[in-house]
Amino acid sequence: MAVDDETLTTEDSRTFEAGLDALEAPTLSPRPGPGAVFLRSVLPPMVAVVAFIALWQLAYSTDLKPSYALPSPLDVLRTFDQTVRDGRAWDAISISVSRGALGFLASLAVGTMLGLAMWRSRWLRTAIGPFVSGLQSLPSVAWVPAAIIWFGLSDAAIYAVVLLGAVPSIANGLLAGFDQVPPLLDKVGRVLGLSTIGRIRHVLLPAALPGYLSGLKQGWAFSWRSLMAAELITYSPALGIGLGQQLNIGRELNAMDMVIASIFLILVVGVAIELLIFAPLERRVLRTRGLTH
Amino acid sequence: MAQPTLRPALQQQATPASSVRVTQLAQVFERDRPPVLDRIDVDVAPGEFVCLLGASGCGKSTLLSLIAGLGTPTSGSIEVTVGRPALMFQEPALLPWLTAAGNVELALKARGVGRRERRTEAERLLSLVNLAGQGRKRVHELSGGMRQRVALARALAQDSRLLLMDEPFAALDAITRDALHEELIRLWSEQGLSVIFVTHNVREAVRLGQRVLLMGSRPGRIVREWQVGMSQPRAIESPGVSALATEITHHLRAEISRHGR
Repeated sequence: MAVDDETLTTEDSRTFEAGLDALEAPTLSPRPGPGAVFLRSVLPPMVAVVAFIALWQLAYSTDLKPSYALPSPLDVLRTFDQTVRDGRAWDAISISVSRGALGFLASLAVGTMLGLAMWRSRWLRTAIGPFVSGLQSLPSVAWVPAAIIWFGLSDAAIYAVVLLGAVPSIANGLLAGFDQVPPLLDKVGRVLGLSTIGRIRHVLLPAALPGYLSGLKQGWAFSWRSLMAAELITYSPALGIGLGQQLNIGRELNAMDMVIASIFLILVVGVAIELLIFAPLERRVLRTRGLTH
Repeated sequence: MAQPTLRPALQQQATPASSVRVTQLAQVFERDRPPVLDRIDVDVAPGEFVCLLGASGCGKSTLLSLIAGLGTPTSGSIEVTVGRPALMFQEPALLPWLTAAGNVELALKARGVGRRERRTEAERLLSLVNLAGQGRKRVHELSGGMRQRVALARALAQDSRLLLMDEPFAALDAITRDALHEELIRLWSEQGLSVIFVTHNVREAVRLGQRVLLMGSRPGRIVREWQVGMSQPRAIESPGVSALATEITHHLRAEISRHGR
């Protein structure tokens, strides 16, 4: 039977297809240069900080509050500089950050195992899922009195509070990650003939990664908050002086400059860890999947 | 152009009489309702291109899943004589954290192909679907048609002699679909594959298949079949395709209308 006249040759159809590809492939906007990044992302928060300090100075100059209650920005900077020079700031940071890191790692292990168990067992998930989600909205400072009664004024009490604060977020994040895996992808794994282990390793885990990662990020934020709540209340010479304890000393001495300097330090450390560790990790995972730029 | 392949010389072995033989297959999901599939008999010869045509919900996708081994039929048997079949879906279903080449390589890895060999083989398969040099692109950097071709390359990477396709081009625009029809027919004739192609598009079925099976709904049954006597490649606009499509559409509409009475 004769081939139809309008039929194209293989070479023609390849060229046709390449033309379609050139026209249809999504064009990704190029990554902005350093100048554009500065103007778009760095400058606005800098302006906000400068404006905030200016307002603060204005409030101080107009004696809105007595100066022991509202020190000037410069006073706070001096106190801050002092604590940096004599090493108190570094000591407090290292004590709190090492506690935070250890507490977070323990939460990571426990939360991940809990999340996996709840994912594997529908019964377990139905049984304890609502409580795990409920715990997520319970402010972990509520655990501090209980922890002190159980463990005394000790590191154990602090870690207990951190774990109770962070574990639910991490477990729920992992579950959300698994729930978001499209069933079609698991089907692909089966069609390709991957083993169960192979499907978990090559399909399920990478597909669940974005949800898990945002759970970890939230878990870190909760760890840090719980840690500060615990440090603020459990004060004992044996525990050393972390950032929370330093804040409490400031309150007891009625030294507002020290209180503000401590709050500032707590904020900076928490944000720095988020920005230096979690944000790049998340950005990389999302960018790989084409979910963000 | 003779390409080196990883395939043992399968062609030299005694060719079995059929790639797939489906016998008296039935699938019942709910007891009070008509079976989704009822007494299905299909025989696909090695190298044959069969299109399975039917209205939405007639069970054609269920039949394909069963042949792919993604479920167990209520009764009847499915014999696949050519090893694990490859399956393509309506969505490309690529893994978005892998590159185009990475997706193809995963299929090779599942077959136990070594790392270095995987790389060159993936590159060869991507150039088969006219995507040479695009292997490092991520899924989101590809157009819909390119993604579906990566999925096709991944299916070919399974090195199966049987390719199952579940409305693979239904989500593409007509121009891209046309290009992929040409691509598929070229690969089918070059690689000597058996293809079962599920679609609800009559012209597409006639454009592609050597044989068109029409399925009725509730119960899902094969009600009629046509041999397409035209040679490949043929254009979807050609008078021969149109004439047969018109005839088949007539039967498809009659089959659907049965449920409207």
